[in-house]
Amino acid sequence: MKASGDNPISYESFLQQIANRGRTMLLPALLEAQARYGHISPEVAGAIGAALCVPLADITGVIEFYGMLYDRPTAETIIRVCTSPTCSSQGAQTLLKELDQSLVVTPGHATPDGKHYLEKTECLGLCDQAPTALVDLAAVGRANSARILNPPGDFHTAIYADTPVITRRCGKVEPTSLANFLAHEGFAGFHNALKLGAEEICSRVKDSGLLGRGGAAFSTDIKWEGAASASGKPKYIVCNADESEPGTFKDRVLLENDPFAILEGMLIAGFAIGAEKGFIYIRGEYPRVQQIFQQVIDAAYENGYLGEDIQGAEFNFDVELRSGGGAYICGEETALFESIEGKRGYPRLKPPFPTTHGLYQKPTVINNVETFANVGVIMRIGVEAYRAYGSPGSSGPWLFCLSGDVENPGLYEITQPITLRELIYERGGGVRDNADLQAVLLGGAAGKFVSPANLDVRLTQEDTRAAGLGLGSGAVVVLSEHADLRQTFADLGHFFAHESCGKCYPCQLGSQRQSEILDRVANHEALPGDLERLQDVGWTMTDASLCGLGQTAASAVLSAIELWPDIFQGGAL
Amino acid sequence: MPKLTINGSEIQVPEGRSVLEACREHDIPVPTLCYHPALEPYGACRLCMVEASSPPRPPRLVASCVHPCEEGAVIETDSEAVRKSRRTTIELLLAGAHNDPMLLALAEEYGVKEIRFTLPEEDLCVLCGLCVRACREIVGVGAISLINRGMARKVSTPFQIASSTCIACGTCVLICPTDAIKLKDITHFHSVHGSDSEFERVYCQICDDVDLSPVVIQDVDVLIGTTIEKEVDRD
Ligand SMILES: Cc1cc2nc3c(=O)[nH]c(=O)nc-3n(C[C@H](O)[C@H](O)[C@H](O)COP(=O)(O)O)c2cc1C
Ligand code: SF4
Ligand code: SF4
Ligand code: FES
Repeated sequence: MKASGDNPISYESFLQQIANRGRTMLLPALLEAQARYGHISPEVAGAIGAALCVPLADITGVIEFYGMLYDRPTAETIIRVCTSPTCSSQGAQTLLKELDQSLVVTPGHATPDGKHYLEKTECLGLCDQAPTALVDLAAVGRANSARILNPPGDFHTAIYADTPVITRRCGKVEPTSLANFLAHEGFAGFHNALKLGAEEICSRVKDSGLLGRGGAAFSTDIKWEGAASASGKPKYIVCNADESEPGTFKDRVLLENDPFAILEGMLIAGFAIGAEKGFIYIRGEYPRVQQIFQQVIDAAYENGYLGEDIQGAEFNFDVELRSGGGAYICGEETALFESIEGKRGYPRLKPPFPTTHGLYQKPTVINNVETFANVGVIMRIGVEAYRAYGSPGSSGPWLFCLSGDVENPGLYEITQPITLRELIYERGGGVRDNADLQAVLLGGAAGKFVSPANLDVRLTQEDTRAAGLGLGSGAVVVLSEHADLRQTFADLGHFFAHESCGKCYPCQLGSQRQSEILDRVANHEALPGDLERLQDVGWTMTDASLCGLGQTAASAVLSAIELWPDIFQGGAL
Repeated sequence: MPKLTINGSEIQVPEGRSVLEACREHDIPVPTLCYHPALEPYGACRLCMVEASSPPRPPRLVASCVHPCEEGAVIETDSEAVRKSRRTTIELLLAGAHNDPMLLALAEEYGVKEIRFTLPEEDLCVLCGLCVRACREIVGVGAISLINRGMARKVSTPFQIASSTCIACGTCVLICPTDAIKLKDITHFHSVHGSDSEFERVYCQICDDVDLSPVVIQDVDVLIGTTIEKEVDRD
């Protein structure tokens, strides 16, 4: 929480400044009020509504939608303890007990002195140092009550690469220094792109075989060409930095270490499709990343890399940073647009697709952070050199986030495809303390479990697909023989029940019932028929849900039922 | 005018029709809950799922209320996959509102024999959003909204206190498919609109002219008196 003394202008003046932009400024206004006052009172909401012309009922709906907004006071400091699968398996439950003893506080309550408010939260994207917590704006790894009371402020994720391509500047440059960036071939790809022209850029992106890195592995060129040829104006570029898939932290590491590279990718995309404005939507739980990126935007404006006639070319481009408010669903592209537009983050019905009807119903290209990082590389080194990395079906370097019971958790850049076994045992140093492996959760909460018998699958799109798996967002959560799988299932259940936006029935109702059953499984209280219940609910969510969240909410559980049916059978084990 | 096949019969429909509209025009039954012809499609209840195949892609379930009629599409409205998906959705809904006549009728039709899920408490509101959407789209007021996410979602007035913008028109009551908003509550000035609110005479926000007052509600009372009796019986 910011002290109000930090603010150069009053909240009223702030509202006046943004008033002419209307509803799209709703979430920024609410986040600012939350930061200044610790909560959003009906009076403040009324003032926001009057300034931005939004009905009060809608403002309430929006406040209640986001986990990081409160309509009543909490405490001076908010402690958010991650209870997603990685952190939960690495001691988050013990940590909560410890906090109960040392601070006399349970989740959802404030300490007796009213100074700290404790909350359980979903994945904070800090998984490599589990268990983790966010204490106001400070990321705390290897969290215990001492570190939570005095956040050390030194969070640093290890990066490993066979050949550093995407990560090659990470750790070598001062992240916010444009001079440093330029000295390390920064913007070389962008300058090449300016020379190539829009059409040639798109055709090279196509030849590169670039697949989106946000989880769905969709061909980037199809989106770009669709938006480039769409007739609506203006067009938008959106960088999806809402990274919230449990077990995933790659986008954070890239943005913390080499943020200019992401801006470069956005510039290239903007130039290629004829957009004049870009948004980067960074999750609210990444305040440090937001600070860094704002500095990067400012430096780019000062040095002719944003604004008008960029680098002497006939190209104008603005970038605006938006913060999320604590909602996994806002990573879904259309929910993200709704969020920027100042609405509840409900996914839209598709068609129409973002390429023609995206942000503000205008043609929009939305890509993941890592995807933009790849774009810069392709423009700099060329298609052939790029395709020398990766495999035919998944070209280029791929990032993996290794966490859990593994010797060396961290970010792994892989340019020459390896198997899951090699990633864990050769690169990652093996299961911690030489324990036996029990399972791997591949692709995050929306992914699937892999048993020790299937570790020889190569980590490419084509190989994982053939094995009935998927790389998803690149999350690899290692669970040793000591992990309580049942607890992991329950964590997954809570995650989806908590993050479902609630718009459509299969997911809204199904994720709740799924979570209840998984709680029973965790407590060894499964009822006869629970396995069938999970399957019926799971299949219906998968087939009938409106968006990707519901469609994948049962993926991990259904894979677990196939691997370990006995666990889910009522009365057994 | 796209031509498509629904349940084996080829039909032709005007441009811009959804599959559901095409079905309704041709008397092909498809259950819906969140759909209302006067409102923008919402695609949320997923009861209207039908199976669509556009070879060579394998068939998949789509929400007919929002799915456009595509040239050459092959639609099945009553296949086993469709029935199975509807059956589970109905079962999930009944777990929360197990006495609702409309849901019970659907359960009968789709062979839901047993509700295998239990909820801590009965909640008639099935969160279809019709009331909220009607208030915004038809009445033009936006006095109520859906709050929270997932598990805790519900319909509410701002900050869960009396709504100052509600004009007491009763539209939300009339449109609610499960009678979760009670007319009686509105006439007694509480319910979703917050407790103890008093409806002063207010000007209609659409025409700025007619003033609406609790009297309007009495008229509605008379109009659909049966609903009130039903309500009283149930309590
Ligand atoms: C529930 C849900 C959450 C998502 N979260 C993210 C996210 O945090 N970051 C992201 O890049 N994509 C996320 N996606 C995928 C986006 O919808 C979209 O496909 C992606 O941003 C496109 O970028 P890409 O083509 O570069 O991968 C999510 C999708 C769903 C269904
Ligand atoms: S699938 Fe889940 S998250 Fe997606 S629209 Fe439906 S309720 Fe919302
Ligand atoms: S109160 Fe009625 S109309 Fe409103 S969301 Fe609930 S069930 Fe739907
Ligand atoms: S009628 Fe509700 S989803 Fe189609």
